[in-house]
Amino acid sequence: MRRLGSRKQRKSRLRGEMVLAGSSPSRKDVLVVEPGDHFYPLSVAAPGSMGRTGSWRTQRPVVNAEKCIGCYMCWLYCPDNTIIMREKAGPRGQDVASIDYEYCKGCGICANVCPVNAIEMVDESKFISQS
Amino acid sequence: MAFNVKALPKKNYIMPGNAACPGCPENIGLKFVSMALGEKATLVVPAGCTSVIQGLWPRQGTSMPVLNIVFAAAASAASGLSRALRIRGKDDIVVVWAGDGGTADIGLQALSGAAERGEDFIYICVDNEAYMNTGIQRSSLTPHGAWTTTTHRGNPGRKKPLPQIVAAHRVPYVATASIGYPWDFISKLKKAASIKGFKYIHLHAPCPVGWRFDPGLTVKIAQLAVETGAWILYEYENGKLRLNPPSNKLVDPSKRKPLEEYIKLQGRFRHLTDKDLEELKKEIEENWREITAILRAQGDL
Ligand SMILES: Cc1ncc(C[n+]2csc(CCOP(=O)(O)OP(=O)(O)O)c2C)c(N)n1
Ligand code: SF4
Ligand code: SF4
Ligand code: SF4
Repeated sequence: MRRLGSRKQRKSRLRGEMVLAGSSPSRKDVLVVEPGDHFYPLSVAAPGSMGRTGSWRTQRPVVNAEKCIGCYMCWLYCPDNTIIMREKAGPRGQDVASIDYEYCKGCGICANVCPVNAIEMVDESKFISQS
Repeated sequence: MAFNVKALPKKNYIMPGNAACPGCPENIGLKFVSMALGEKATLVVPAGCTSVIQGLWPRQGTSMPVLNIVFAAAASAASGLSRALRIRGKDDIVVVWAGDGGTADIGLQALSGAAERGEDFIYICVDNEAYMNTGIQRSSLTPHGAWTTTTHRGNPGRKKPLPQIVAAHRVPYVATASIGYPWDFISKLKKAASIKGFKYIHLHAPCPVGWRFDPGLTVKIAQLAVETGAWILYEYENGKLRLNPPSNKLVDPSKRKPLEEYIKLQGRFRHLTDKDLEELKKEIEENWREITAILRAQGDL
């Protein structure tokens, strides 16, 4: 049997309770149920199960808020839910698309479905600072 | 179009940063399932890309409950799960989410059994036309001529007419759908959820990795498949066939876009000879002939 968590956590596991195990901050979200001697690692829904997938990107979608008409098409089709629609935040008071670059994988679907070409795919190398 | 995108639920069930490749059609499809069914859906997932997408311990890539199950047992496990839920008086909707390999090859007997018994769940075949998770092997839903890692010279076989095979079980609801037409897919899911018994939805899902195209084109290619007539949107409700827009207008071949527009964007068809292309066109023609024959017999054409 593997030992997970603090002594107090192990004790509560012996009573078959659900505890939050893991001492390192990155493992804080690991849930363990332990009736008797066994432990079952459970996953919890959270962003980044594959890490910061923004680092996969070779092209970066850049929204032109002037052009955006707030039609939600990019939001509808983005496979990774990394389009965040900001309500009434556009220059004309329209809803406007913004992008979660931490996880956006740079697929380019948003740029292709935008009816007014408000999203441009820009080479990631353009964003590497020269310093 | 009566579809109001802003009225769709805003809650995210698909977690950013999951394991799907960039431009993944399965992620898009799952997103629409969650938009249509929300909290009510419990997924049953046999091996495939979605096994990885939804679950990499300690974080889960989707926030719908999932039962992971072996290939051959998806429809059997869903039968048991749905019966157990009903006994407990719960109206949760059990949804099998299985690949084309998991459905048309390995899981077919369990699917047929559950359909014949009239089990109460929705079976979705997410059809990316090959075994993608293990590296693009041909399945019985790979179209004629397509390259895969097991068909280097192009697939000599042809796509199994699976929706028709399931419809032949005389289940209350069978439909085709596409990730390029969310309004159609979402309304079909909602309709399926309102019907008791066995429901089957065959979801066309172009995969940039396996089909060899730019990941930005996933949605466009899905739409081209329908616009060229290569994929037909229809539904059988209590045995009655109906074409859905935009396929209903494409009964007339002159309204369809040339098949080449769909083919030329995909690396898996790069080697196609004129003869292969003719073969593929003939197959599509045959599919349409079958559909129109049924519509005529029903007096709808
Ligand atoms: C009985 C069995 N055989 C083989 C495998 C290996 N395997 C895992 S995923 C997969 C491919 C699944 O393909 P498909 O059902 O088309 O789904 P996709 O990956 O395309 O979503 C295979 C062959 C397995 N898990 N179990
Ligand atoms: S590039 Fe792809 S992942 Fe990034 S925001 Fe656009 S659609 Fe979403
Ligand atoms: S698709 Fe284009 S116009 Fe529509 S919300 Fe997205 S960026 Fe704005
Ligand atoms: S191989 Fe295709 S279906 Fe599988 S995760 Fe990648 S893009 Fe999605």
